Amino acid sequence: MREITYVEAIREALFQKMSEDKTVFIIGEDVGIYGGAFGATAGLIQQFGEERVIDTPISEAGIAGACIGAALTGFRPVGEIQFMDFVTLSMEQLVLQAAKIRFMFGGKAKVPFVLRMPGGSGTGAAAQHSESLENWFVHVPGLKVVMPSTPYDAKGLLIASIEDDNPVIFVEHKLLYKVKGPVPEEMYRVPLSKSNVVRQGKDLTIVATSIMVQRALQAAEQLAKEGIDVEIIDPRTLRPLDDEPILESVVKTGKVLIVHEAVKMGGFGGEIAARIAESTAFDYLEAPIRRLGGLDIPIPYNRKLEYHAVPQVENIVEEARNLVALRV
Amino acid sequence: MQLTSTAIETEIYQPDHQRLLEELGEVRLREWVMKMALIRSFEEKAEDLFARGLVHGTMHLSIGQEAVAIGASSAMQPGDYLLNHHRGHGHCLAWGSDVNLMMAEFLGKETGYCRGRGGSMHIANVEMNNLGANGIVAGGIPISVGVGLSIKMRGTRQVCLTIFGDGAANTGAFHESLNMASIWNLPVIYLCENNQYAMSMPIQKAIKIQHIGQRACAYGIAGVTVDGNDALAVYDAVRTAAERARNGEGPTLVEAITYRWKGHSKSDRQAYRTREEVKEWQARDPIRRLAQLIKMDEAEYEEIFKKAQATIEEAVAFANASPEPDVSTIMEGVYA
Ligand SMILES: Cc1ncc(C[n+]2csc(CCOP(=O)(O)OP(=O)(O)O)c2C)c(N)n1
Ligand SMILES: [Mg+2]
Repeated sequence: MREITYVEAIREALFQKMSEDKTVFIIGEDVGIYGGAFGATAGLIQQFGEERVIDTPISEAGIAGACIGAALTGFRPVGEIQFMDFVTLSMEQLVLQAAKIRFMFGGKAKVPFVLRMPGGSGTGAAAQHSESLENWFVHVPGLKVVMPSTPYDAKGLLIASIEDDNPVIFVEHKLLYKVKGPVPEEMYRVPLSKSNVVRQGKDLTIVATSIMVQRALQAAEQLAKEGIDVEIIDPRTLRPLDDEPILESVVKTGKVLIVHEAVKMGGFGGEIAARIAESTAFDYLEAPIRRLGGLDIPIPYNRKLEYHAVPQVENIVEEARNLVALRV
Repeated sequence: MQLTSTAIETEIYQPDHQRLLEELGEVRLREWVMKMALIRSFEEKAEDLFARGLVHGTMHLSIGQEAVAIGASSAMQPGDYLLNHHRGHGHCLAWGSDVNLMMAEFLGKETGYCRGRGGSMHIANVEMNNLGANGIVAGGIPISVGVGLSIKMRGTRQVCLTIFGDGAANTGAFHESLNMASIWNLPVIYLCENNQYAMSMPIQKAIKIQHIGQRACAYGIAGVTVDGNDALAVYDAVRTAAERARNGEGPTLVEAITYRWKGHSKSDRQAYRTREEVKEWQARDPIRRLAQLIKMDEAEYEEIFKKAQATIEEAVAFANASPEPDVSTIMEGVYA
């Protein structure tokens, strides 16, 4: 199959949906002639014009609100927040408006839009441009939270998100943009709320999100050489969560490591751990549930500190090794 | 009834150059040229280090905007506060910061102003009441309200200079803050460094009024628009605003119109503007302009730049010789 990058896959999804559905439009900062800070919308203004690829002033609350208002009245907007960090400025519109409108109106309205945003560290952009805030949204009923880890999933999940009738927070990762992978040319959907068993194994389950799926895969290669057989599960949609494949895997392996980039405290890993602990899968655990997440600090500027602030392949390898060696 | 838009025409303020020249004197203005040359050299070196892959991260260069930094800083007094934005190397240097510590921060070293934790976008110098640059557009503007309030409650005669871009003037934070500063009559100067683009967004597309300075009337405060490539004009406006603030007359909105010569940040193809436009503005070099005003000869001008570049080389040497932060200290500094 043809290989393209993660950012190209996103662009292709946008292009194909906009070509097919006149109600889809793009709105955000520098999404037009600039093509988006990371190039996700490059060339789209030439294809669809200023009416459907709308550059805004620096107004993140306004961007979210514009998506909500247009969605309420018949459109399927795709907003872009330049860096996930800046979505903090959109929070009221997303949390108190978008997430609640349908429920408060007794199910008589819908708010179908997607808000794309790149999270994560690794580019030296320091504390205000490197956040991983997905779990803020995971806490909010009414929102959906999607986090693709491959070019294939990026395209399929974005198309499915645009077609979904709810507000979708679509979290990309800066370091994944240039990662290549097989992507079909035609339109396809990767269903929301369907966890993916990325790699099968019998000794240990690793649940990972976004870039940590890629790092877990690399770790699994190394661990395989040591005779450790890792199963990797990527939830892909964090809310609503499909936990069945995770619980099944834990029953099979008896050991689980959860890995995400966001700060460990209050992170998504806590929810996964709790679901396992609350389920019958708990009885099959042969070792404590372990989590790897970002350190309890903002992301530092210095390259070395930045590297050590979030889980890397070697941390996953070591943690997995220790876990497999444990017997209870 | 008939309703029409009520644009208020404002002129760009024309200062009395002769008076300012006499008042400031040649010696002091020569120092301004030196400081502007230092800022330019810092930025050129930053760009060079970046191009050679020696910097991890991004940077926002203020080349072409040096008159705003020097004019505004020179109008302030020791003890005053500064809050600025991501394109802030120039303001920081003009405020009197140590170029070695700045370069060390830029290169992520333990000896830098923020121990290598902050980097280009977050340089602060708290000892000099420089409360920091900001990675968030308009992030510093609401903070100025608190600083202004604190000055007022403490009853000192300090003033807070808040510098931000044209893009920041279109945020909700700008509106809330100017209104609060206005109703409480706070000693804050809102200096909008209008370099005519917010990344790729030209100012003409981002606002429908003629000048950002006009917005002052919406808050019932004083406002003025000046030529931001004219250091004396910036100085004149900011000094007047500072006097007003010190006399309890409240906040002022100063707009300084200038131009960003370089791309927005490290990766900018600049498809949104023409080379001719950039050249046109390069011909209005604010440093040359001030040098000409004080009739500095070419030889001296070049000598000043040579010295500035040498100072920057020393700063790079200092930074290169400085240690990186130790990984064992990674958890430090989150809580007081
Ligand atoms: C809240 C927020 N939104 C978007 C950005 C991304 N961004 C950084 S600088 C910038 C343009 C700022 O323009 P302006 O205020 O005119 O300052 P300039 O860069 O021109 O100096 C943008 C969009 C940001 N840092 N913060
Ligand atoms: Mg600007």
